Amino acid sequence: MARPAAVVGIGQTKYKRRRDELSLEGLVREAALRALEDANLEFSDIDAIVIGKAPDALEGVAMPELSLADSLGAIGKPIHRVHTAGSVGASTAISAANLVESGMYDTVLTVCYEKQSEGNATWALSGGKSGGQGAGGTFAPWIMKYIQQSKAPEHIGWKVAVKDRLNALKNPYAHLHIEDISIEKVRESPMLWAPLHFLESCPSSDGAAAMVLTCEDKVQRSPNKPAWVIAHAKRTEFGQFPGRNTVAPQAGIDCAKALYKKAGITNPREQIDCAELYVPFSWYEPMWLEGHLICEENEGWKMTDAGDTELGGSFPVNMSGGVLSSNPIGASGMIRCLEAANQVRGTAGDYQVEGARVALGHAYGGAAQYFAMWIVSSELNPF
Amino acid sequence: MSANDNDIAIVAFAQTPSYAHFNNSEPEMIMPLVNDVIGQTGLDRHDIDFTIAGSCDYLSGLPFAFVMNIDAVGAWPPVYESHVEMDGAFAMFEGFVRLKCGDIDTALVSGSGKSSPGSPRIFTALQSDPYVMAPLGVDHVSLGAIQARMLLEAGTVTEEELGAIAVRCREAGAKNPYAQITDALSLEDYLAQPLYNAPLRQADIAPTSDGAAALILARGKKAYDLCDNPVWIRAVDHRMESHHPGLRDLTTSVSTRTAAGKVGLHDGPVDIAELNTLFTHEEVILCEALGLGDGTKINPSGGPLVGNPTMAVGLTRVIEVARAIQNGEARRGVAHCSSGSALQQNLLVVLEGDK
Repeated sequence: MARPAAVVGIGQTKYKRRRDELSLEGLVREAALRALEDANLEFSDIDAIVIGKAPDALEGVAMPELSLADSLGAIGKPIHRVHTAGSVGASTAISAANLVESGMYDTVLTVCYEKQSEGNATWALSGGKSGGQGAGGTFAPWIMKYIQQSKAPEHIGWKVAVKDRLNALKNPYAHLHIEDISIEKVRESPMLWAPLHFLESCPSSDGAAAMVLTCEDKVQRSPNKPAWVIAHAKRTEFGQFPGRNTVAPQAGIDCAKALYKKAGITNPREQIDCAELYVPFSWYEPMWLEGHLICEENEGWKMTDAGDTELGGSFPVNMSGGVLSSNPIGASGMIRCLEAANQVRGTAGDYQVEGARVALGHAYGGAAQYFAMWIVSSELNPF
Repeated sequence: MSANDNDIAIVAFAQTPSYAHFNNSEPEMIMPLVNDVIGQTGLDRHDIDFTIAGSCDYLSGLPFAFVMNIDAVGAWPPVYESHVEMDGAFAMFEGFVRLKCGDIDTALVSGSGKSSPGSPRIFTALQSDPYVMAPLGVDHVSLGAIQARMLLEAGTVTEEELGAIAVRCREAGAKNPYAQITDALSLEDYLAQPLYNAPLRQADIAPTSDGAAALILARGKKAYDLCDNPVWIRAVDHRMESHHPGLRDLTTSVSTRTAAGKVGLHDGPVDIAELNTLFTHEEVILCEALGLGDGTKINPSGGPLVGNPTMAVGLTRVIEVARAIQNGEARRGVAHCSSGSALQQNLLVVLEGDK
C-alpha cells in the first residue's frame, strides 16, 4: 500500500493585480524558495517537480515547464505539468502527493502560478472566443437556481463577500485588503452577472504558491510541524447534459464521498475543523457546503447566516480570505490546499483556527465539473 | 507468468493513423481508440479506476480544449480523472505512478493532438521565446538545424549518414499501416533535396500530423485477467535540461543518459528502441546517449519521420514497442519521448514481455 506523504514546506508570493517587477521565472522561484526555506531544504534535496497552471494562453507561453525548468532547479530532474482547469492547483498538489506515496520519489517540490496581468482572463475563460460570458456568466444562472431552491435570502452572498475580505485583512499575502468592506459596500457595488455584484466576485491576480512534500522517513529534516496528507480525491463529469445537477454536481458529491471514506470521516461537519473551499463567487460557499456533504441540502446558507463559517465559528471556511481575496487562477486550488496545511501545522498566523487538527482543501474547475480535494492533519492517524 | 502485486503492465493499446489533416474534432479521434482498448480487455467502461490524458490547448489555439476530450472517455457517471499538458507518454507516467500507490488496479491513458489547424513552428516558438526575451521566433526546426550543424561540424555524422537514416525510416514506414509519409526515398533523392533549414532537408524533418493513441495499464495479477500477453513496464523515468541552448552541449543528450541509468536500460538486452526523433540527427544523439549498438532495432515502425502526431507521438512509441513484444519480434525494449526543442526533456520506458 501507499506510504504517507506530508507537507513540510509552504511558500507563497504576495498576490497582486500586477507583479510587473517579476518575470514568470522570478514569480515561481519566489514561491519555490520560500517553500524550501520553510522546509529547511535546498533544490538539491528535491527529487522531482510538478507544476500546474490554467491555460498557457493566459500568459502566451506554451508548455511552460520547459522555460521554467531552470528557475525551479529542475535541471537533471523529472518535472511535469498538470492542467485540469480551475481545479488544477489541487490536482497538482495531489499529483505531487502521488509521487511520494508511490515510493518512486522521496521529496517533491510542487508549484502553481498564474500571471493574469499578462493576458485577458475572461477571454481565455470563454474558451478563446470573443464576446464570451466569462466564468461569472457561466455560474450566475446556477447560483440563481440555488437561491430559488434553497430559499436563501439575498444577503447571504454579501455576507460571504464581507467575511472573506475581513479574513484577508489578517493575511499579508492576500491580494485584496479592503479595510472598509461592509454589507452596504458589497450591495452597492455594480451588478456584474445577476445576482453577483462586483464585490461578490474574485479578483484577477498575479502570484505563485509552492509546497514541499516528503515521505515519513524524511519528515524530521524539516523543523516545522508536518501536515500529513490523510486522503485525496478527484472526480470529473461532463459540463453539459440534460438533467445535470448544476447546483450540486454529482462529481462533487462523489469526490467528497471518496475523500471522506479514505480519510475515515463519517461526520465531516464534526470531524473536519476548518476548510479552504474554492469560492470564486460568494454564493459558492453555501453551495459547496451542501455539494460536498458538509451539511444537509438547503442548510448551507443557514451556516453562513449564523456565522458558523467565520473565523471563530463552528466550521470556519476560507480563513485566509479565499479565492474572493486572491485569485491567480492556476494557483488558487494549490493555495486552498496549502492554507489547509497551514492550519494543521499551526502556521496560519493571525487567521489560525485554534487547535485545528484536520482541514479540508478543495478546488473545482471547468463548468463546475472538475473536483479535487485533500484532507490534511497534524497527526498521521487522526481518527 | 511473473507478476508481483505492484508490477504494472500494458494490457491493451490502440492508435490512429497519422493524418496530415483530420477533419473532425479531437474527441472524435480519441473516442474510437477508447472504445477499442476497453473492448480488448472486456472491461466495462465503469470498471476503469483512473483516467489520465495528455494534450495541449495551445496546439488547437483553444484554452481548455482538453475539457472537450472528456467526451471521448465518457465522464458519466463521474470518473476519477486527470490531465497533463504534455505528450501522452507523460500521462502514462502519471498513470504508472498512480497505480504504483497500490490501491487501484487499472488506468486508461490517452494522448492526442491536432497540429494541422495551426503552425507548429509558431507554437514551438512560444515555448522557446517566453515573453521576457525579444521575439526571435526561435522554433524547434531552427534549433534542430543548429544542433544538426554542430554534429556535422564535429564530424560525428555526415550528410550521407543522415540520409541513410531518412531512407531507412521511409522504408520501414512503407510497411506501417499507421504511417503518413510512405513515398519511396533513395539516398540520391535525399541528397538531391534542397536544403530546407540548412543543413536539414525536408526528409530530415518529421511531418506535421494529427493523431491520437490510447492504452490501458493494469497492476499485478489483474493484468492476466485482462490480457493473455501483457507487456510489463519495468521502469519509467524522465529528466529535464536547461531551457537555454547555450548552456547545453547540443551534440549529446545528458538527460537521456541520466534517464537510461535510472531505468536500468542495460540490465538486460535491448531488442528494440522506438525513439521520438523529430529529425534524423536526433537518432544519432539518442543512440549514443542510450549506448545502443547493432543488437537493437531502431524505429522499426519508421518513427516520427513517417508520422508525428504531437502529444501522441511519444505514447505511440510506447505502443510500437509493446506491439513488437506482443508479436514476438522483441522480448525487451525501450520507448522514448521528448519534449521541447533540441531534446530538452526526455522520458524513457523499459518494456518487457513474459516470453
